[in-house]
Amino acid sequence: MIGAAYAIPDILAFVVSALMIVVGAIGVLAVRNPVHAALSLILTLFGVATAFVAQSADFLAVVQIIVYAGAIVVLFLFVIMFLGVDRSDPVRVEPLVGQRALAAIGVVVTIGGLVALLASSHWVTGAIAVSTSGHPTAVGAGNVRAVGTAVFTTYLFAFEATAALLIIAVVGAVQLARRERRMDREGEA
Amino acid sequence: MNVPAAWYLVLAAVLFGIGSFGLLTRRSALIIFMCLELLLNAVNLTFVTFARTLRDIGGQAAVFFVMVVAAAEVTVGLGIVVTVFRRRSSTSVDELSEMKG
Repeated sequence: MIGAAYAIPDILAFVVSALMIVVGAIGVLAVRNPVHAALSLILTLFGVATAFVAQSADFLAVVQIIVYAGAIVVLFLFVIMFLGVDRSDPVRVEPLVGQRALAAIGVVVTIGGLVALLASSHWVTGAIAVSTSGHPTAVGAGNVRAVGTAVFTTYLFAFEATAALLIIAVVGAVQLARRERRMDREGEA
Repeated sequence: MNVPAAWYLVLAAVLFGIGSFGLLTRRSALIIFMCLELLLNAVNLTFVTFARTLRDIGGQAAVFFVMVVAAAEVTVGLGIVVTVFRRRSSTSVDELSEMKG
């Protein structure tokens, strides 16, 4: 499949992002300390951001780094340090017999099925969208404009729904954290 | 010319497999949440790959919404983890078995 038609920088970008993604993902599973697992997760997220840039999704790459690496992983680290879960869970113990072997078989079957499905359709995946009349997705500032136009016109209802979702999530998180504290205070009194 | 979409799709499938293996085997609720993020990122990568191949910006808009939902999910999920940890000083999902029938 590797022909001379593909540009070297594109192949390089793919290989670098693939290495970052796979090494980081395996690190999340293999590392004992939850803090190190969160740092491996950052490596994977940066790899995905690299893949986004390589596929002309510039806006999403920036959002990926700001939201995931900047907010979600920091939230993970905050909770890990808040709880003091430095004592890692026992990886060696396997309460359900054969759980890991079954999980590995299931995962291999799933990946194999997906790849076989791709290969059986000659690696062709769908038809080019009619709505864009065949123009490639824009890069740079044009990409931001294109995503913004899509979000605020075609997907406006979904966008408004996410606003409600975020409010509900914030209220829920505050409620989860608050109720416990009030009960503690009642216990002290 | 950019590399074929199939390369990125296979990469996303591998990432999804690694994430789901962790989801099925690990016991700590925090690690399970991290594996969930891996799954979401694998799907996001697939969305962006199809957005490039099919030249449809809708794929990138979908990834934007997935990120918002992931942020909300992590906020509430970690709140629940903190609450559970306060009650029983453990984040192991094996010990949460009161609702077993």
